[in-house]
This record gives sequence, C-alpha cells and structure tokens, in this order.
Amino acid sequence: MTESEKRGASARESGTKGFIVYERKRGWAALDLGELWRYRDLLYFLTWRDILVRYKQAVFGVAWAILQPFLTMVVFTVVFNQIIGVKSPDPKLPYAVFSFAGLLPWQFFAGALARSGVSLVGNSNLLTKVYFPRLVIPFSAVLAGLVDFCISFFVLIGLMAVYGIVPTWQVVFLPFFVLLALAAAVAVSLWLSALNVLYRDVQYAIPFLVQLWMFVSPVIYPTTSIPAGPLRIAFALNPMTGVIGGFRWALLGQEFPGDYLLISTAVVVVLLFGGLFFFKRMERVFADVV
Amino acid sequence: MSDIALRTVGLGKMYHIGAEREQYRTLRDTLAKAARQPLERIRHPGAATHASEELWALRDVDLEVKHGEVLGIVGRNGAGKSTLLKVLSRITEPTEGRVEIRGRVASLLEVGTGFSPELTGRENIQLNGAILGMTRAEIKSKFDAIVEFSEIGRFLETPVKRYSSGMYVRLAFAVAAHLEPEILIVDEVLAVGDMEFQRKCLGKMSEVAGEGRTVLFVSHSMAAVQRLCTTGLLLEGGKPAFQGTATDTVRRYIESSSRHSETPVLAWAAPDRPAPFDDVVRVHGYRITEDEDRPVKGRLYSGGEYTAHISFDLRRADAALIFMLAFYDKNSQALLFVSDVHDLSGINFASTEPGAYTLSARLPTELFCSQEYEIELLCALHWVGWIFPRDNETRLAFEVVRQDETNPYSQDTRLGMLAPAIEWSLSAEKISSSPES
Repeated sequence: MTESEKRGASARESGTKGFIVYERKRGWAALDLGELWRYRDLLYFLTWRDILVRYKQAVFGVAWAILQPFLTMVVFTVVFNQIIGVKSPDPKLPYAVFSFAGLLPWQFFAGALARSGVSLVGNSNLLTKVYFPRLVIPFSAVLAGLVDFCISFFVLIGLMAVYGIVPTWQVVFLPFFVLLALAAAVAVSLWLSALNVLYRDVQYAIPFLVQLWMFVSPVIYPTTSIPAGPLRIAFALNPMTGVIGGFRWALLGQEFPGDYLLISTAVVVVLLFGGLFFFKRMERVFADVV
Repeated sequence: MSDIALRTVGLGKMYHIGAEREQYRTLRDTLAKAARQPLERIRHPGAATHASEELWALRDVDLEVKHGEVLGIVGRNGAGKSTLLKVLSRITEPTEGRVEIRGRVASLLEVGTGFSPELTGRENIQLNGAILGMTRAEIKSKFDAIVEFSEIGRFLETPVKRYSSGMYVRLAFAVAAHLEPEILIVDEVLAVGDMEFQRKCLGKMSEVAGEGRTVLFVSHSMAAVQRLCTTGLLLEGGKPAFQGTATDTVRRYIESSSRHSETPVLAWAAPDRPAPFDDVVRVHGYRITEDEDRPVKGRLYSGGEYTAHISFDLRRADAALIFMLAFYDKNSQALLFVSDVHDLSGINFASTEPGAYTLSARLPTELFCSQEYEIELLCALHWVGWIFPRDNETRLAFEVVRQDETNPYSQDTRLGMLAPAIEWSLSAEKISSSPES
C-alpha cells in the first residue's frame, strides 16, 4: 500500500497535466454538482423513460394519475369528515378541497419515496455497466412524479371551480412550495436510495414509513388542530408540515404556516445537503454491493 | 509522455468474499456489535464488516496505452479482465493505485445497457445513447445513421420486447458503434448476433481502430484480438503476466491455457537398435521446426512455416528408398499421405552418395482445422519392404490453432477434418441490355 502510494505521489510530481485521475477517495467526497450538470441530458432521458414506461404499461394510463388522488379524497371526505368529524378550518372551505390541496404535495412526496427508494437497486444493470454520476438515478425517480403532480393539480383546479373557490393573490408563491416539496422529496430519497443499496430491508420499510408519515403530516387535519407545546415543535420538524401548510395558504388562502414553514425549510436544507454528502460517500461502493 | 492516453500505476482492486463466522463471547459483546455494525458500513464504505477473506481481483497493474493503440486484453475467466475494465471505466473505485486518463472515455461492457423492453426502437436509441454518454444533440445528428446501421427499418416504432434477439443486438450495437470517444473500452460484446452482423461489427471495430482512436478490447476470441489489436495484455490471477504485441500475447495465452500444460517438443528420436534394411539406411529421427530452426512444442499456428526434418545416414544408394509422412485425426483415421516420390521433390536415392542427410518437408498446415492431429513417419524400400510401416512408434500428436478465419466468431472447428483456406471471388453477372448478336 505504502509503495503504491509512493508511486502515486511520484506520478503526481512528474507532471500529469491534462489527465483525469481516478483513485480511491478517502473521507467525504466533494459534491461535484458541475458533473451532474454535464449529465443533464441523461437525467432528462431517464426521467422521460420512467414516465413513458409507467404510462405505457398501465391500461388506464393517465386515468391513474386522476383517479388515485380523487378517490383518496372521496374516501377521506367520507371517513374523516362525515364519520369521524374532522372539519376544514374554514367553514366556507369544503373538506373535499381542503384535503385535496394537502394530498397534492403529499402524494407527490410519497410517490417519490416509493420510486426512488428502489431506484438504485432497480437500475443495478446501469450501475455495474456504465459510469455516470449516480445522483442522476434518484433525481430522475423523483422528477418522474412531476407529471402525476401536474395532472392532479388540474384536478384540483377543476374541483375548486366546481365549488366556486377562487385562488387568492398568494398563489404567486406556489412555485416556492412546489420547489420545497421537490427538495424535501429529493432529500429523503437520497438517504433512502443509498441506504437501500447497503440494506435491502429499507425497501420493505418504505411503504410502512410512508403510511405512518402521512398520519403525522397535516393531510387529513389542519395544522391549527395540532396542540401547542412540544408536539407542535415535533410536527414542525416534519418537512411536509411546512409544505402542505404552504400549499393550503397559497392556493386556498388558509392561515400562513409561519413557524412551521421556517423550521420545515431548515430541516429540508439540512436533510438535502446531508443526503447529498451521504450519497456521494456511499456512491463509490454502489457498483460493488448492488 | 504526451502520447499517453491511459496509464495505470500499481492498480489494484480487492473484494471481500465469504465473511467468516465470528465467535461472540458474551451477550453484551453481541449486542454492542450488532449496534455498531450497521454504522461501521457507513463509516467505512467498502470495508468489510466481518473478518472476511480478501480477494484481489486485480493487483499491481502498471499499464501504459498510447494514443491510437488498440490493446487486446486476454486471460482466463476470473483473471481480472472485467474488473480492469470496470476500474478503467470508473464504474468501481480502485482499492489501491491510480488510473490516469486523457480524453473522453466511453465504455461498452454490455450490449444494450439500459434498454427498456417497453419502449420502442426509436425511444431506446435515444435512451441508450444518453446512457452511453451522448448528448441530446449528438443523438439527434446520428439518429439516421444508427437506424441504417441497425437495419431495423420499419420496426423503429415497435417496442423492443417484440424484437428478435438478433434485431435487439443489432440495434444495441448500432447505438454503441456511433459513439465517438477518444478512448473506447469494449468488453466481449461482439460474440452475440448472427454471422453477418458479427462481420459488420468487426468491420466497424476495425474502422474505429483505424481512425487512430485508442481502444481497449477484451475478448475470448483470439482471432478477433489478432485482427483488431496492435498490442496485447495477458492477465493471470489479476496480475499482468505478459505484455507485447497482440500476436505474441495470444500465443502466450494459448500456451498457458492449454490442456496439456507441458507440451512436448515435436520430435522423435530412433532408439539405438537396427531397423530393417539397416544396410541401406539408418534413420535417426525426425523433428518439426518453425521458421527453419525453432523447435515446435505440440502446437502449430496457422500462418507459421512448419517443416519436418528427417535425419538419417544413407549407407548405400538405393532407388527404392522412400520417405513418407502420414497425418491422422485424433481418432487415428488416416487423412493425408505425402511422400518424396509422390510429391514435388524429384528426390531419388538411386545415385546419392552415402553419408548423413536431412530430408525436409514443408507441412501443409493450411489444410488443417483447429483441432488435434497426429503425424507419423513412414519409410520403405519400394516393393521390397517396410522400414517403418504404418502404425509405428514414430507417431506424434500435435494441435493446430487456426488464426486466419475471416470471422473469428464462426465455429472454431469447421465441419470435416480438413479446412483448406481457399480463394473465393465474387464477380457481378454482366446483364446485357440489348440482345446479343
């Protein structure tokens, strides 16, 4: 080892200009997001593939993207609103629209986790046969969900039209919340996809995790019904609390999520950068263990 | 040093195999270990979590490949060829040492990496192109050429899951063939598809090699390596065992991988006892050499000049003395029979001065397939009696290695026992437009 290191050092001294060098990296690797940018065409094509394959294989195709959130909303309205008695925070706002506005970012997030968690393992043939920045894989899995998201969004607009709800001026901030949802989805996906390569248990845990996560996110109930105190802080740590609160604020003029938003955003940023570094560190063994 | 395209210094790759069972002494140890271990894996990625056996798939590889060099990498299964390509293509990280590369690298370790069965031919061309490292603009500009090369024509809009395997491979190779990297790393990918297509692939490969691009090529087909490559690297047990010209590397590989690890020199020496007609001739033996003087060890390669030398003492001139060589297949079926009276020699011992002689005969190796044969020396006084009759003790086994097949992936052994390389020519039929007068 020391001998080869010496040799390596001498090669470095002897002036190897213009050479790209691959050797074993130690410690934390640089993110090298520039490389990711150079591979943007691959990101585009992989995302496009995920979308194409999904809609080609399904008989109902696009109908799924409409039916899934719509039926969930109907069931939520019947079960939580009619039977259990969960109310929308605003008497003028029907529960159906209220819950759909929460389901919109939530289903995007849940779908991203489900797809990206298994993305690296599912693309093992690529990992072991060709080089590209591995970040492209979970990224494309998350981005592929944007099509479903857009379709759902149109369903929400239709629903709002049916109930005669006009969006407020705050709707101009919606892109920020979409980005926040995207960042949250990418952040968690990076962790899950990398961990799943090392421990296959992760892919079995993801559906369970997503299910529990939904109940601790304000999809069914409004943030205002979370009791003040430590529970509120705990809920704020969930990135989706800020995202869903933000969606309802921007689209439906509900209460501004305030503190929730601030904490959730901070958590997303920490998770995202932590996830990027963690992923880059694990990336070097993917091809060997996948 | 400016003409170096790729260099490795002390390159090594280690894998952990078969974790050994550890003895846990106390429950506390067990629990502590169980808690620590998942974290270990994250703290030291690539390191073993258990005490396990280390396997160096590659070690001490120092390699220099110049720009425009076509390097053939040969070796047995498990010799580290694929690992080397994976490290060079950056798919996996070396455990020690380093790789220095100058120029755009594309690696083709498998045909059709990332093909999606649900997608159409058109869609897969785009996807596969992007995976192999082409930009969207490049894919667009080469699209028509790829479609033409692949010959899939009207199936362009059909999902590739409905393709025949031949079409699938053609399409996949077509995409890869239109990569334009400065350094191309290719694993055994041509050994699929039909003969016609293989010929086309090889043509494309030689074209790429001829354009002055640097190519690293792994193959089990020695003929392909010889045809395409200028230099060769033989790997054995993860270490470079030989580096040199492609031809020399192939020979080393064939010799090292032969079933008969110790091939005897092709020679027979007569025992020191008189044979019949000892007063006419005493045969000392015969041997086979390459290029006049080099002794041959059990294996003849096509393209080599091989000669049988029969040495004897002529004691009395005799017009009836004849020497013959018989060739048999490995089942001792007679195949060929040559002699100094039947063939183009004009040798006659009617008035030859007594003395020591060597009679030489060029062996017709161009007639043989890639398989095992036997050669036998026969000697007689014509119409008088045998000195060495058929099925005598002079029989020697040898193996022929054909390396001149146009298509290296055609069946190694041709139908039949003999395979003369003959001239073929194609001429277009002249169709006269007006009736002949």
